[in-house]
Amino acid sequence: MTDWLSRHVPKIVLAPTFVAVLLFVYGFIAWTAWVSLTRSKLLPRYEIDGLIQYERLFASPRWDTALSNLFVFGALFIGISMILGLMLAIFLDQKIRIEGALRTIYLYPMALSMIVTGTAWKWILNPGLGIQAMVQGWGFESFTFDWLINPDMALYAIVMAAVWQASGFVMALFLAGLRSVDGEIIKAAQVDGIPTWRVYTAIIIPSMAPIFLSAFIVLAHLAIKSFDLVIALTGGGPGYATDLPATYMYAMAFSRGDLGQAASSAMIMMLVVFTIVVPYLYSELRAKND
Amino acid sequence: MTDATLTQTGREPRSAGALIGRRLLRWGLYALLCLFALYYLLPLFVMLTTSLKSLEEIRTGSLVALPREVTFDAWGKAWSGACTGIQCEGLRPFFWNSVMMAVPGVLLSTLIGALNGYIFAQWRFRGANLFFAFLLFGCFIPFQVVLLPMARMLGIFGLAGTIPGLIFVHTIYGLGFTTLFFRNYYVTIPHELVRAAKIDGAGFFRIFWSIFLPLSLPIAVVTIIWQFTQIWNDFLFGVSFSSAGSQPITVALNNIVNSTTGVKEYNVDMAAAIIAGLPTLFVYIVAGKYFIRGLTAGSVKG
Repeated sequence: MTDWLSRHVPKIVLAPTFVAVLLFVYGFIAWTAWVSLTRSKLLPRYEIDGLIQYERLFASPRWDTALSNLFVFGALFIGISMILGLMLAIFLDQKIRIEGALRTIYLYPMALSMIVTGTAWKWILNPGLGIQAMVQGWGFESFTFDWLINPDMALYAIVMAAVWQASGFVMALFLAGLRSVDGEIIKAAQVDGIPTWRVYTAIIIPSMAPIFLSAFIVLAHLAIKSFDLVIALTGGGPGYATDLPATYMYAMAFSRGDLGQAASSAMIMMLVVFTIVVPYLYSELRAKND
Repeated sequence: MTDATLTQTGREPRSAGALIGRRLLRWGLYALLCLFALYYLLPLFVMLTTSLKSLEEIRTGSLVALPREVTFDAWGKAWSGACTGIQCEGLRPFFWNSVMMAVPGVLLSTLIGALNGYIFAQWRFRGANLFFAFLLFGCFIPFQVVLLPMARMLGIFGLAGTIPGLIFVHTIYGLGFTTLFFRNYYVTIPHELVRAAKIDGAGFFRIFWSIFLPLSLPIAVVTIIWQFTQIWNDFLFGVSFSSAGSQPITVALNNIVNSTTGVKEYNVDMAAAIIAGLPTLFVYIVAGKYFIRGLTAGSVKG
């Protein structure tokens, strides 16, 4: 008995986590998937009724806006953060004397809550007293910077705040990558008289491909989950102009009382994450096992 | 530095013109880097100065101007007088809600993660790899997909709108990352150690307690900082699963900023935002090295 016990202790200790993950991750996903196939409104109903919720979802102009916002926001947020992060990392890699201090400054926004970031940028971007008023006060009376209340531009205000928050983190990732490149190769290239920029474009950056992938995964993940920042900065407005799938889902679940729509929109979010993350996880785990 | 790189290349030093060019380039580089530092610091600067101004000065002065007259009124109000809806007790009760939520949440998820990681790294069994992959995938799901059933389940167990409910949620959904951190750390410890300890008659817990735990300080710090930042900064779970009395600070801050009653007090908003950000900012400044390690470990590996 004690022998059996001691042999199975690891499994027994792991069992609660196993059950929790099975139930609260996979069980709950299954529940949401199920409800997304029903006509649930305020309360969940369990009679399956086909893809009616998905049809409603894709017929809804608000969801349409939310989904296309996600792609615009995601592309800009990921693209700008990557470029800015890589640029800062390369610049910092030039034996800069105050590197430690600069790194700390570039990265601190990542420690803040998105709600704090949103609050700060909401104040800076508010047209009445923020940047617009400041520049007008300098004598440029016709200067306008009203992104936050302009339905066509509000999404870019969110991109701005999101880039501010995450680009330092991308910088840290890339800097770690630059430091791990074999110094001998770089030295050899320099001996051959290859100019520094060529060393970067031809040797260093291509060797950092896995880091690009990691940064992309993390940023894409952040973009899809973006909820706090939108709530704090625009609340999804003006109108629905800055709605994202995450805010759509929340509105349906907690203010509209439309569980069917909430569940189906959550499932689409899940699907988007799935298509990005699963191939990545698969290759990571396989590489580790080999 | 420039001279050193030149001689390193083993070629003749270039002309004086090229040297001046290099020096200029270097100055340009420093200028650019400092410009970016300003960009990252500006929002913090504006928050701080705004929080120290009177409303009158905010309306008449410039966004980036230093306060003519420093006043801490806004800080006092943000801490104990600002309205988060019908309640006007400031952030103080919600700050303690967050503390009461974060401390047990961090400790529980770290402890369980350490045990799990120890098993995944050193006590492999059939199916462990598959389970680990399933656990990892759980780190990536958008939480929207579990929001509805979790709300119902918390309701059924009487945990809806309570701090224990939030602790539970944060512990469950933090386990993926904490397990990952510890597993990746314990994997580097040679298996021979466990084998030798087993021959000496030590059991599962004994080996964990006397061999692994004492080695765990660095990874424990990384995990604790990671979890603390996650839980303290969380908004989605907080806003979905809390009621008026149990809201964490992020939800309260959002309510203060977006409350529509009365005059908009920007200085109070800014003071409140700084108060809400202070604990994680403090952790970052004190233990930045570990903070970065957690971020990169959480992303590169998982």
